[in-house]
Amino acid sequence: MLLQPALVVSAVLFALGVAGVLLRRNAIVIFMCVELMLNAVNLTFVALAQQLGPEGQVVVFFVMAVAAAEAAVGLAIVIGIYRHDQTLDLGNINLLSG
Amino acid sequence: MITGLFWAFSGIAILAALLCITRKSPVASALWLVVTLFALAGDYVLLDAQFIAVLQVLVYAGAIMVLFLFVIMLLNLGRSGTRTDIKGWMGRVLAAALGTALVLELLPLRDLGPPEQIRIPAGTLATLAETKGAVGMIAEPLFKAYLVPFEITSLLLLAAVIGAVVLAKRKL
Repeated sequence: MLLQPALVVSAVLFALGVAGVLLRRNAIVIFMCVELMLNAVNLTFVALAQQLGPEGQVVVFFVMAVAAAEAAVGLAIVIGIYRHDQTLDLGNINLLSG
Repeated sequence: MITGLFWAFSGIAILAALLCITRKSPVASALWLVVTLFALAGDYVLLDAQFIAVLQVLVYAGAIMVLFLFVIMLLNLGRSGTRTDIKGWMGRVLAAALGTALVLELLPLRDLGPPEQIRIPAGTLATLAETKGAVGMIAEPLFKAYLVPFEITSLLLLAAVIGAVVLAKRKL
């Protein structure tokens, strides 16, 4: 049975994604860490699909579609920010801080 | 044998993820993330999700990561200068502490698992893949029970395409 190992791996990958978001300042790298978290959740869905039926894999399909949309829009925003500020350091981006 | 393979792929995935969040250069981070995604595709095959594994390689390791690398190179962030975007020791300690706390919180959940009553017999998914094929197994729920969400996904992708073009245009 691979359910328990898969859940352990997924927990570790998710925590690494969270740690990456907290550790980095570059907006693109933070985006990549968010992708890492999405993948950790996908692994949980696939592992549980083995026990609960193929619907779990359908959910992974939807998560991938949302991740693709998120990457396209997010990277467009990153390009816009870089054009405006010439930096991607989130410490320097304070347009909304009044 | 299968469990050993699973741990091998998972070890590669975790190691590459660790390198991904600690490398200084964004290009190195992106390439280590690709390694993680490939290793996860191997895990998916072992978990009877062959179609998802193919999608993982095509969509994630292929399309999405190419988009990331393209933007990194477009903005010329590849040079690993003296400046690093990794936070100082306060940020590192905070990230490590919160990451560890999260793992410790999530680990006890692995013993719960789904209740017996709703569990399908072991090996059902493998026989389903044999009779219907790895794609047909997913296609049936996708185009019957989940047809409306599937159609809404196409709307979402259309909105994302239009949004990306509008946002990335130089002049509005």
